[in-house]
Amino acid sequence: MNPVLWAEGLVKRYDGRVVVDGVSFAVNGGECFGILGPNGAGKTTTLRCCLGLTTADSGAIGLADFAIPAQARDARYRVGVVPQFDNLDPDFTVEENLLMWARYFDLSHRAARASMPRLLAFAGLSERGHVRIDTLSGGMKRRLTIARALVNDPDILFLDEPTTGLDPQARHLVWDGLKRLTKEGKTLVLTTHFMDEAERLCDRLCVMDSGRIIAEGPPRTLIEQHIEPVVVEVYGEGARAWADSVARPLVSRLEMTGETAFCYTDAAEPLLAAIGEHPTIRAMRRPANLEDVFIKITGREIRD
Amino acid sequence: MNWRFIHLIERNFLVWRKLFIPSLTTNLADPLIYLVGFGFGIGSLVGSVNGRPYIEFLAGGMLCYSTLNSATAEALYSAFSRLKMQRTWEGILHAPMTVTDIIIGEWVWAALKALLSGSAILLIMYALGLAHGFRPLMVLPVLLLLGLCVAGLALVMTTIAKGFDFFAYYFTLVLTPMSFLSGVFFPLRSLPSWLQDVALALPLAHGAMLARGLVFGDPIPHPLSSILLLAVYGVAGVLIAVRVANRRLYR
Repeated sequence: MNPVLWAEGLVKRYDGRVVVDGVSFAVNGGECFGILGPNGAGKTTTLRCCLGLTTADSGAIGLADFAIPAQARDARYRVGVVPQFDNLDPDFTVEENLLMWARYFDLSHRAARASMPRLLAFAGLSERGHVRIDTLSGGMKRRLTIARALVNDPDILFLDEPTTGLDPQARHLVWDGLKRLTKEGKTLVLTTHFMDEAERLCDRLCVMDSGRIIAEGPPRTLIEQHIEPVVVEVYGEGARAWADSVARPLVSRLEMTGETAFCYTDAAEPLLAAIGEHPTIRAMRRPANLEDVFIKITGREIRD
Repeated sequence: MNWRFIHLIERNFLVWRKLFIPSLTTNLADPLIYLVGFGFGIGSLVGSVNGRPYIEFLAGGMLCYSTLNSATAEALYSAFSRLKMQRTWEGILHAPMTVTDIIIGEWVWAALKALLSGSAILLIMYALGLAHGFRPLMVLPVLLLLGLCVAGLALVMTTIAKGFDFFAYYFTLVLTPMSFLSGVFFPLRSLPSWLQDVALALPLAHGAMLARGLVFGDPIPHPLSSILLLAVYGVAGVLIAVRVANRRLYR
């Protein structure tokens, strides 16, 4: 089967600065593919290239069997887009936003009206079809933007940081919506700098940093490949010096970030015993996650 | 040529429809105040112009002045707020619409709104007995053309602008001088000849000559070159706007 989206050797420069530096990937139908990386890694620019909203300096892109950017308009008939910053039309109500969006896709008024109950229900806004956009909360706006992206029943959905700026409850509602879409067989491409989001939603992801893809695979596989099973975060006054002298021989790997020491090991017990009743140092034991992968590969945190 | 720009016109029309009562009211009330105030007031001081009452002369100019203002307001302020504040254009680009569709849509929409404003003046002229019969209706295509011309120029400013402040230059350096030099409020020949030449290089004077010719039967010196000048300004403007907007939005 052909991938729904593929990119080969994408390069994009802005004013001589390389923002996307030789990016290649492919997304299969029905897959949720994540592009994970800190702000400024080139995630959004990669998406914009894929949608034909900017032209890569070199490289090739195929989207829904169309060549981008040459046939970007044709491709966008098959695509839904949820941008990072909500750009719902503030001159329209909730329902009018969806209806007008359908018109941009050349759908008839009747077809647009017919899909309205389903889309409003998806957004959880069935009772609010006639309210103005500026009365909606951030979470409602994001859900409406996702519903808007479904107006044309797309094959593939692009979501640029779908939960950035939302409170935890609203994030969970968005995640539920996205999981429903993957269950329906939609292909999702999302960018995020949240580890938990990537781990929770993505079948496969790539980690991007400074315009390059530095790792790719299913989240669990990436973690197993790169990271020891147990992580102990050691923090508190003097943690750095203590970890350097006492912890280092007890663990297989040690990374320092700020005042926290990340200890990677197969067994946490010897380390926890050594900390024992230390007056100022605290320890937290947790399973390895994607952030550890990022720290290992790049030597720094993904949080910015 | 593709027809998708119609969607943008539909969008703007649907928004306008929600506010059309206040919008139509200003379309009718503003020029009525001008016409009655200036027309009767100043008219009583100056008597007749070109052998007709001043209010009639003024009404002919107001047809174009109102069209100009309406096209400018829509293509400058309203369009810029959709570009910058509301990010409406950016959103629409995620649908199968292009920057060119959007600019052409805004262009035609602004001209249609301008035509509506011009038509409101014509309606008032009929009501005040300043226009008679069917012949004055022939001015409507000219008003549409003038609207396209002015909207094309305004869209250049809109697509270049970083903020609303920038438009002050356009008003001070272009629109206000053009409004007073173009034979709208007083006859062109009252100006020194070099200023007449300046006015004749700009679109509004040609719109006013065409309008008075079609409404009152005044002689139009060079009708074809006047029409051509309006068309060239408008098309050049919109082509530049398309170019600038493509660079600005597809970056």
